[in-house]
Amino acid sequence: MASRAQKMPVSLRIASSAFVGVWLVMAAFPFLWTFWGSFKVELDFFSIANWTNALTGAQTKETHGSAFTGAGYHGAWVEEGFLRNIINTFIVCFFVVLSSLTIGTLGGYALSRSAYRYTFWLLITALIFRAMPPITLVAGYMLPFFEWNLWGILPTTIIVLVAINQPFTLWMLHSFFQSIPKELDESAKVDGCTQFQAFRHVIIPVMWPGVITTGLFSFLLAYNDFAVTSMLLAESNRTMVPQIAAFLGTTYTEGNVMFAVAAVVSATAPLFILVMFFQRQIVSGLTAGAVKG
Amino acid sequence: MKHRTFFWFFLPTGLAMLLFIALPIVSVVIQSLFIPHEAVLITVESCGPFGCKEQTSIDQEATAVLRAAEPLGRFAGLGIYFDRGHLALSEVADAWRSSESFAEFYGHLRNLPFYRAMAFTLAFVFVVTPLVIVMGLIIALAVNSLHKRLKGLVIFFSLLPFVINPLVGSLVLFWMIDSRGILGYSLQWLAGDPDLSLKASTGLMWISLMVYGVWHASPFAFVIFYAGLQTLPKDQLESAQIDGASRWQQVRYVVVPHLMPLVTFVALIQLMDNFRVFEPIVGFNASAHARSLSWAIFNDLGGETRQLSSAAATSVMTIIGVAILLSPVLVRTWRDFKGKT
Repeated sequence: MASRAQKMPVSLRIASSAFVGVWLVMAAFPFLWTFWGSFKVELDFFSIANWTNALTGAQTKETHGSAFTGAGYHGAWVEEGFLRNIINTFIVCFFVVLSSLTIGTLGGYALSRSAYRYTFWLLITALIFRAMPPITLVAGYMLPFFEWNLWGILPTTIIVLVAINQPFTLWMLHSFFQSIPKELDESAKVDGCTQFQAFRHVIIPVMWPGVITTGLFSFLLAYNDFAVTSMLLAESNRTMVPQIAAFLGTTYTEGNVMFAVAAVVSATAPLFILVMFFQRQIVSGLTAGAVKG
Repeated sequence: MKHRTFFWFFLPTGLAMLLFIALPIVSVVIQSLFIPHEAVLITVESCGPFGCKEQTSIDQEATAVLRAAEPLGRFAGLGIYFDRGHLALSEVADAWRSSESFAEFYGHLRNLPFYRAMAFTLAFVFVVTPLVIVMGLIIALAVNSLHKRLKGLVIFFSLLPFVINPLVGSLVLFWMIDSRGILGYSLQWLAGDPDLSLKASTGLMWISLMVYGVWHASPFAFVIFYAGLQTLPKDQLESAQIDGASRWQQVRYVVVPHLMPLVTFVALIQLMDNFRVFEPIVGFNASAHARSLSWAIFNDLGGETRQLSSAAATSVMTIIGVAILLSPVLVRTWRDFKGKT
């Protein structure tokens, strides 16, 4: 706020700061609360007697001798084998990001450098594909995958997730590539490069920020998917999110909700770290689509 | 770029989308026209010392053979679309004839699973989308007036509800609004009603789901609008001020028109994303009160009996719904494109 006239009156300034404060509490408090609560026993986290128990951990002290306990984590990671699901998740995410970036950069580059009419139609088709809920496709996968014995394993799910992410990846990379001047690859071609060499040695080196940003969103899409992974993975190959959903079915009856709470916190932690390091890229990725789109 | 080069560059991604998006759509449409084979019945006459009896039983072997030979099932045309689980034409016609008022007719409709899911999905889309836009705009305006150092921190925490997995995010909220959780407890205290439970009432459950929707998507709108505010032309604001515009008028007549393209963008993305609302219903364990189209598909697909045909029919209708929602945008893009060439 540069000019004096732009300065807010005190009342408005207070109101606006208060609003930001309220929003911050809304955005962050649920996570802090759940994180704190994950080190308590169920009777403290869901306290019937007194809500301050959740803060002080009165019942936790009685059961475990200290106000904090890792029992929930032990239960989830060791007893329920959640570690397996975590590893699966990272295998899936790694390969999804790698393959969608590889084929996405090729496609996005082609779309941004071709001036023919069909590029428009391809982009519109991608937009329509992007709009369709992934779960609507699952009924179409089931029968062929059962027939060919492809159902339930990680590679199938990875390929499906890559394909589902492509429309979004293409749009995002397309807008990043458009911001790189065409003269760059033209001068490379004048110097004797083929189109692919120009792409590989000239364009990709200046595209890294865009590629990293798109990779982040591919990661988020793969990491956060529930509809596809829960339907296409067999019980032994589950990733984190379907496993958490499966916990819900069993834990409410067996009384170990804290396993699910610990699992939820474990699944949130990587995202927390991701946002911490890549905040700038996430923001730029979100806005890249909007400004161009 | 030459056609040939374009083709090779686009081939991998094109092939992926063709095989795993376009073909499955075809497969879903075909699947929705077939219903599973009924079990093959076999009638055996078993004769005992007290005379003969005819017994009907399922011929497991023949059923398995038939199902293996034609895994799609038998052709049913549009039968599945019209059955009770979907459009329920005969039930709707009955309800129309027997109902005396529109409210009664609506009451009948609410009992049919497809219309119930449709009602919640549309309500969710058209309540959450505008609220997200308004909320995002207010947060963006408020954060924009903050001190520079604070902005980064606020953006960091604001992004959390957005990047979080929808299932995990809804669980985190759900445990808090549980009648023994901190929010549920506070609500009981505020309302002075110790038996108040959000889980017990359909209306409150809908509101909770929508609050979750706004909480989850507001950061997205906020980030977009915040970026738009950075490109706000200063001179326009200043001239508006010189002309004596109040602060509210500046927002109304300068800031909002400047952000309008972004509002359209956010609205478009939110329409698409809210239409697929599904995870919060699982997380909130709310299927007794609220069901969405995606939830209906998921429910058909899961469990012991995978009702592929029923899920496929709902999928096709969901895709048609998305197409209808999206059509204004598509028509506009087409006009823009035609105007350009």
